[in-house]
Amino acid sequence: MPWGYGDVVNKTGRAALAGALALIAAGIVMFAFINLMSQPGTVTFAASNGQVNVTLQTVGSYGSGDHPTWVSYEIQTQGGTWQHTTIWQVPARTQVNVTILQYDSGSPLRNEQLGQVTGTVGDVATLNGATFSVNNSNVGNGVGHTFSIPAIGVSVPLAGVNGNDTLCGAAPCEPSSPHNVIKFSFMSPGPGNYPWQCFVPCGLGWLYGNGGPMGTVGYMGGFMKVV
Amino acid sequence: MTTSPKDTSEAASPALRGSDDASHWWRIIAIWAVLSVAFDVVWLNVVGPHVPPGRMSDTANGAAFDFNVLIVMAVPVMIAIWVYMVYAVVMWRAGRGGPDPIGGERARGNNRVVTGWITITTVVVLFLAGFGTYELVQPEGAGGGQGPTPLWTPASHNVLQVQVIGQQWKWTYRFPSFGGFETNTLEIPDNTTIAFHVTSLDVIHSFWAYQLGVKADANPGQDNVAFTTPTQLGSFTVRCSELCGLWHGSMFNTGRVVTPLAFNAWATSTEHQLAANTAVLAPFAYTYTPDANGADGGYYPDTADPYSPVEQYGATQPAGQ
Repeated sequence: MPWGYGDVVNKTGRAALAGALALIAAGIVMFAFINLMSQPGTVTFAASNGQVNVTLQTVGSYGSGDHPTWVSYEIQTQGGTWQHTTIWQVPARTQVNVTILQYDSGSPLRNEQLGQVTGTVGDVATLNGATFSVNNSNVGNGVGHTFSIPAIGVSVPLAGVNGNDTLCGAAPCEPSSPHNVIKFSFMSPGPGNYPWQCFVPCGLGWLYGNGGPMGTVGYMGGFMKVV
Repeated sequence: MTTSPKDTSEAASPALRGSDDASHWWRIIAIWAVLSVAFDVVWLNVVGPHVPPGRMSDTANGAAFDFNVLIVMAVPVMIAIWVYMVYAVVMWRAGRGGPDPIGGERARGNNRVVTGWITITTVVVLFLAGFGTYELVQPEGAGGGQGPTPLWTPASHNVLQVQVIGQQWKWTYRFPSFGGFETNTLEIPDNTTIAFHVTSLDVIHSFWAYQLGVKADANPGQDNVAFTTPTQLGSFTVRCSELCGLWHGSMFNTGRVVTPLAFNAWATSTEHQLAANTAVLAPFAYTYTPDANGADGGYYPDTADPYSPVEQYGATQPAGQ
């Protein structure tokens, strides 16, 4: 191959190779950016008479999507539809009335301190209508999850349902499936993003139970946006 | 004798010698002394009182004192280098058409300079090594975790035991002298030596009570003891300083140093308020084997090595396990 011809080909080849590599690099950067920056949608709650009503449910396995076997929370919009997200927005300094439909089974807590109700109005919650301030997870069906916003001290244990029953296996769960209803209220703080999460290590199959759904926004933790 | 830049280009070099060079030495030393003293005085009076982590405890005070000592020792060394360098550039730079400033007899070693430099820096480094080692263990371990059997313990018998429990992703605190209640909030009395017993229920965390100058790793199955004596009332920040997972960044809360009277009132009322929860807590122990949900180093659920705290500390086996 003549030197001159080879040089031209090599230059063209090098340029093509550089261009291809640049495109691949750009694609990788975009893929990483899109995936890292993407997050579940936000459900916005408007106040009515100075209060906000928020309804969530927990399900032992979400049943669809990227991780159908993962345990998850989901949120009911004010329009009544269920949305698979853990990010929601409430007004600042407003009473937030939370209803959680707990469709998952329970077990003894790793730390019984998480069996306390803290940070709510009166430091109490109701379980199927009965007021309680402590849930002893060593008796009954144990505790399946907690709803906790550490920055403002809110933590409520969610009693599990009987694991021997036929449990809801895919979200959104129907009220006909065995479930507990936990209700409580708390005052939203000043504006900001407040992480909230479940403190029961319920990530089945993950080291210490704290990986997978416990470490992924949209499943067992998220943000309460206060505006 | 003063020397102009022009004639020093021939006569002087970094290796100073001879009576003509003595004035250079005294001038450099004088400039260095003035700048060093000025810096140290300003530092100690203006900046020093405010260096982190503050003065909220004896351990924080010790850390701030150490930082100031290191600064007032180290900066004069830096100033000496800068003064010599700037002086050399100004006074001994090569003039146009002058001889090459590098090479010749003047560029050879000077035993007095070499000996002096090595001696001074050796003394400074050895002093700081000895000082740092001493300060590392005073007072009572300087706020660092010393493991389950601390080498440096407080002389006082009036030590309040506070257990710090890290778990993904929060801190809780147990007070064994008040029935062993466990709470999300940390209050401690001033002028009382505190023994923090730091442990973890899952991965490695690190208890960092910033303004108290206390930092101790929280390892599962380990009782890591750190001492401090608060000396000022107020709030302090507790953070996890060991990357521990998704919500590591939000693993913090605020503690308070209050008067002994206020602390006793708070602890007594909290003990009463949390009695129902304390009744179902595992009995107080310095470490836990919290395997009720498979946290014994295995994967959830760990059925091969179930929760067996009875041998550990006499706890009651949870129902159904």
